Amino acid sequence: MTTQAVAAPTPAGFDPKQAHVAAQWAAERPLVCCRFEPKGRFLFCGLESADVQRFNLADGKRVAFPGGHESWVFSLAFSADGETAFSGGGDGRIAAWETATAAEVPKPVRKIEAHQGWIRALRVSPDGALLASGGNDRLVRIWETASGKLLHELKGHAGHVYSLDFHPNGKTLLSGDLLGTVNQWELPSGKLAGSFDAKPLHSYNGGQQVDFGGVRGLAVTPDGKFVAAGGLHKATNPLGAVHEPISLLFDGESRKNVRTLLADGITNGVLWGLRFLADGSLVGACGGGSGGLLIFWKTDADKDYHRFALPNILRDMDLHPDGLRIATAHYDRHVRVTRLAAKTA
Amino acid sequence: MKCTYACNSSEHLVARRGFLTGLAATAAGSMVGGLGVFASPLAASQLKSDQKRVVVFNMHGGLSQLESWDPKPGTETGGPFRAIETSVPGIRISELLPNVAKQMHHLCLVRGVNTSEDDHAKGAYMMLTGRRQSPAADYPNIGAVCAKAMAPQDGALPGHIIITPGGGGGRGNDSAYLGPKYSSIVLGNGNPPQNTTRPGQVTEVMDSARNDFRKRGNERFLSRRRTALTEAYVYSYEQAAQLMRQRDVFDVAKEPAKDHDRYGKHDFGRHCLLARRLLENGVTFVQVSHSNYDTHNENFNFHIEQLGEFDISFATFVADLADRGMLESTLIVVLSEFGRTPNINLYYGRDHWSRAWTVVMAGAKVQRGLAFGKTNEKGTEVVDGQVDHANLFHTYLQAVGVDSTDTFDIEGRDVPLADPASKLIKPILA
Repeated sequence: MTTQAVAAPTPAGFDPKQAHVAAQWAAERPLVCCRFEPKGRFLFCGLESADVQRFNLADGKRVAFPGGHESWVFSLAFSADGETAFSGGGDGRIAAWETATAAEVPKPVRKIEAHQGWIRALRVSPDGALLASGGNDRLVRIWETASGKLLHELKGHAGHVYSLDFHPNGKTLLSGDLLGTVNQWELPSGKLAGSFDAKPLHSYNGGQQVDFGGVRGLAVTPDGKFVAAGGLHKATNPLGAVHEPISLLFDGESRKNVRTLLADGITNGVLWGLRFLADGSLVGACGGGSGGLLIFWKTDADKDYHRFALPNILRDMDLHPDGLRIATAHYDRHVRVTRLAAKTA
Repeated sequence: MKCTYACNSSEHLVARRGFLTGLAATAAGSMVGGLGVFASPLAASQLKSDQKRVVVFNMHGGLSQLESWDPKPGTETGGPFRAIETSVPGIRISELLPNVAKQMHHLCLVRGVNTSEDDHAKGAYMMLTGRRQSPAADYPNIGAVCAKAMAPQDGALPGHIIITPGGGGGRGNDSAYLGPKYSSIVLGNGNPPQNTTRPGQVTEVMDSARNDFRKRGNERFLSRRRTALTEAYVYSYEQAAQLMRQRDVFDVAKEPAKDHDRYGKHDFGRHCLLARRLLENGVTFVQVSHSNYDTHNENFNFHIEQLGEFDISFATFVADLADRGMLESTLIVVLSEFGRTPNINLYYGRDHWSRAWTVVMAGAKVQRGLAFGKTNEKGTEVVDGQVDHANLFHTYLQAVGVDSTDTFDIEGRDVPLADPASKLIKPILA
């Protein structure tokens, strides 16, 4: 569920403590996911509907992209040049779209029946050649971005695949699942190189007889030193949304858990997404009974150093290529853009 | 309402005759009463061919009708799942039930259920008793009613069994004025009834001697005083002795390995297979609970998980009963305490909704391949064929040939089997 942008130098004015909502736009249904287009022109969203939504960042103009899916859109990604958008649906389908199309009613340029069940994660490799998808069929599939040709089918998850991220070196793909396993795949061979143990993010509740949790956020630092896996823990009542947010920080090389990042006092929440920021800190998008929050951690401390409360519960998050703006998808039918800098006049 | 009769009813007189007959037939048998007479293969075979049975699948917590029997894909309330075709043209159900869809020609969807009760305990009570809960009266569960109205009075096995997902066991407190004889025997996690193995330190000879002593004492006591409770005590002993002899009936491990595979290697699969085994062995009423559907949070994830189990096991169960010729004599019911809200909440959850939801029936006199009743486009209200818990309760009984307008004789008082102010859903019975 994450897209880790390549790190840029810390942008001028960058200061999470000055975070503020710089823009917000309404859609007709509650939002599910959001992604910035790499050139920074558009913000794409998935709603509780089958249409993809495109917002123009300059003016907020919204265009619906229908006809790609027969279910909600759970995941989005873009080709490296930003010219092609990919959406992954609950119908197991990947739809490809012309990102900047001027058509009033855009049509998908390609549809791939990619998985049995939901596609919760899509990710394009740093060189743009590969598109990875993760499905409820417990598979990770690697596609040729340009043609949609299936290149690899990666088997090794025992639960639904929840999240994906490419290592910045482009030679490694990470995939996280419901049961708290993060697999590390070598590319181009598709060989399973090892796993990160993120099992604290999963629990089985015997009373309610449900598996719950999962690796909902996954991010790698630009230098590959750290891998962060986020989600929830202390799920005392999974069916009643009682759980707390948590992120596990791993050493990227040894795959050992080096730190547990907590958010004291947030008694109802889950991390739906994680991103490493230009200054090396980590931001988590937390949604739940405690509201919608951006939570900021340094990698050398267990506790967060800052929180920014958004007006409504959130469900996804992405970082703009400028390193300053964060988009969040909200239940109240709005997508919001938060700027990590002081307000401008 | 307690069952405190000092027994002179014809039922109990018959039971007593059976008692004595059985005692004579089994000579030095180890129990008082007539259960032994029905333990003979001939009688059991006769029972099997004549007996009607009921099995209830209780989707504990409140199954979402929108993710199962009454999908509304593409609407604001529909959620992310698609609807799929079934074996009955024109009837579509959720894509989470692909195997059940292939058995739709056996099923009847009652899509217009409105029970107007969003509380778990009250809703469950209504659905299992056919009555609204009242401080003035307590009513027996459907299992107790079936056991009394349908089970052979001297049946060798209990007539009312509940298979629960968790552990535990013992007897339920669910027979109200029908008396403890008809209360459920609970098979915690599908395990055989509790305390049905002879303790290791008690030899067979010792066990027989102490049972003989107990029988003599019972007979002496019963010759002078007889109440529902004393009868229940005697019956319990007799039943326990039978259970000890027939413990294998409860041992699902005796079923072929390939059937375990077909039903799914999880608790619910095992419980469904056990239900089949119990019904085949002549148990009148079996309830299987599947937990948990109270999905205020992440309704869709949890329905993928739960219905993934239900779909395979339930579809296999229905197909097996049909293949084995048992569907004509067995009523299948899938119910919950209520449905779930069409509105999707901020946690991707659905809350309690009793105004428009679905109950499924199959077998016995129920029409096959039917969708009765209709909800509106968003699934918020019933627009055709509205029924409630009381209508359903009448229909369950009528489907297995029990006149639901009849009465039980309780201490000389006529007590209706089902709510006399209500009636059956006639169009769904053949």
